[in-house]
Amino acid sequence: MTIEQRARSAGVHLVLLAYSALAIGPILLVVMNSFKARSAIFGAPLAPPDASTFSLIGYDKVLRSSNILTYYSNSLIVTLVSMALVLLFGAMAAWALTEYRFRGSTLLGLFLSIGIMVPIRLGSVAILNMMRSAGLNDTLTALILVYVAQGLPMSIFILSEFIQQIPRDLRDAARCDGVPETRIFLEVIAPLLRPAIATVAVFTIVPIWNDLWFPLILTSSDKTHTVTLGVQQFLGQYITDWNSVLAALSMAILPVVMIYIILSRQLIAGLTSGAVK
Amino acid sequence: MSNLRIDHLYKRYGAATVLDDINLGIETGEFVVLVGPSGCGKSTLLRMIAGLDGASGGDIHIAGKLVNNLAPAARGIAMVFQSYALYPHMNVRKNMTFGLKFTGVAPAEREKRVAEAARMLRLEELLERYPRDLSGGQRQRVAIGRAIVREPAVFLFDEPLSNLDAALRVSTRVEIANLHRLLKATIVYVTHDQVEAMTLADRIVVMNKGRIEQVGKPLDLYYAPANLFVAGFIGSPAMNFFAAKVESVAGGRARVTGAGFRSFDLPAASLNVGDTLTIGVRPEHLSRGTNGAFAVEGIVELVERLGEASFAHIRRPDDKLFVAEVRGREAPAVGEKTTLVAAAQDVQVFDAAGLRISI
Repeated sequence: MTIEQRARSAGVHLVLLAYSALAIGPILLVVMNSFKARSAIFGAPLAPPDASTFSLIGYDKVLRSSNILTYYSNSLIVTLVSMALVLLFGAMAAWALTEYRFRGSTLLGLFLSIGIMVPIRLGSVAILNMMRSAGLNDTLTALILVYVAQGLPMSIFILSEFIQQIPRDLRDAARCDGVPETRIFLEVIAPLLRPAIATVAVFTIVPIWNDLWFPLILTSSDKTHTVTLGVQQFLGQYITDWNSVLAALSMAILPVVMIYIILSRQLIAGLTSGAVK
Repeated sequence: MSNLRIDHLYKRYGAATVLDDINLGIETGEFVVLVGPSGCGKSTLLRMIAGLDGASGGDIHIAGKLVNNLAPAARGIAMVFQSYALYPHMNVRKNMTFGLKFTGVAPAEREKRVAEAARMLRLEELLERYPRDLSGGQRQRVAIGRAIVREPAVFLFDEPLSNLDAALRVSTRVEIANLHRLLKATIVYVTHDQVEAMTLADRIVVMNKGRIEQVGKPLDLYYAPANLFVAGFIGSPAMNFFAAKVESVAGGRARVTGAGFRSFDLPAASLNVGDTLTIGVRPEHLSRGTNGAFAVEGIVELVERLGEASFAHIRRPDDKLFVAEVRGREAPAVGEKTTLVAAAQDVQVFDAAGLRISI
């Protein structure tokens, strides 16, 4: 390696390190401070907890005094059901749009790609009206419906790309073998889509889990709040219970981090497999 | 009995005609090879027989049944693909039985067929392996096995050897020939490799630009090509062509002249003075010497040595190249001026339209 190359590589790493610090820093700060007493949070926000400042009071309060477990299970239900539906419908739609030419298929594909470009939040008022007149106000079903609509366009887009990479011969071979179309999809195509499905799963889960907006406008009672919304109750107009806020946030981060760790291998395969051919 | 019959088959994409009035009958147990340059429509024809592509017109009968509107699985065909198209997430056994599940074959019968195919193709040891753990040749055998267990009326092979390396291609070719003998199966086989076509086929169908140029036994195509295209396509290196004219006709003999070769006589038959002809001579029929009905001379420009034989590329006086196959040790030196001759029966004559004239 020449000196020039070495300098360039060091430069690249410097940028990456800075970016990592920027991304991880706040999370680390939240988790660190969630284990500290209130005075220590304000006294030395950047110091890690030590013997004298260590405290679990935030977790204790959150678990005891609030509906955090309900929020947690709401978040889980909404996220997992939405994800399952997005993956199922997304894969089926992607298969139909790439494999079959039917009247209006191009138009349908275009319509779905508009969903990628236009943020669903623009339709908040209409969605709220729709949910209210459908009697779905303040239900988890309302959230799930919105999230499925939000996640579908991108998942169809990604999965279509992957399905196109599956060799044509494979589908033709299955057809010659007498495999019915539904079974071709379920038993030949779907198993080969696994890396793509992991990618889509992560891209679907994270924004849903972290979403504050739709729970805020579509849910009104404690029994339908999600974690991100539940945390807000510790943020008061005059006093904020920072111990509880940080503890609840740390707990909210956990599932997403775990999903990332579990799916990261598949995710990297999924993100890069289309790039190099 | 004809096992596969194709009548007036057309395939058009918009204004482009990919297949133009294809008529072909294939007997039960016959091995027919479709051969032609890329883009000649041979793969399209195979896919249409399989039912993977629809026809723009015409009929296909398989085992006496009109199959125009039947799905691939209902046609009684099995196809072996160039890319093998094995299901990557299923082991060899599952690959072979997967399709049978849906065609109403009882589990015991499935196992019996797989065992039989595995024995025939020497796959017994590999039944539990996955395609990714198999070599190219093994994968190809699994793909053939998957076709055999379907017990089809017609086997369709789409360039099955082109993904294999040269040595494996030769041995797999022999295996396919043996398999055909053993199964007495009707096979339609697509390839662009004329050696495969010559060695495997009972009959060869030479295709070009969506049309059938000639159908015939391998040696008939070699010794009696119907036209210039077949003459140039069958045989390697390709036949040499010389433009010629009939100079005079006298006493039942026609004198043929042209640039680059010595004038010679042909039986006049249907020839008239002034006719434009093309003379074709295969490289392997040319030999160094001076005595022969047909003689051509030139300066050796390049010699390709293959061992037992050498291909000499020779520049004619009219500045065109032709190729002669000479014995390995008798190869001329580059730059040498040499004369090559061919016997009268090895000289092919084609008329102005490119059709062969039998002399």
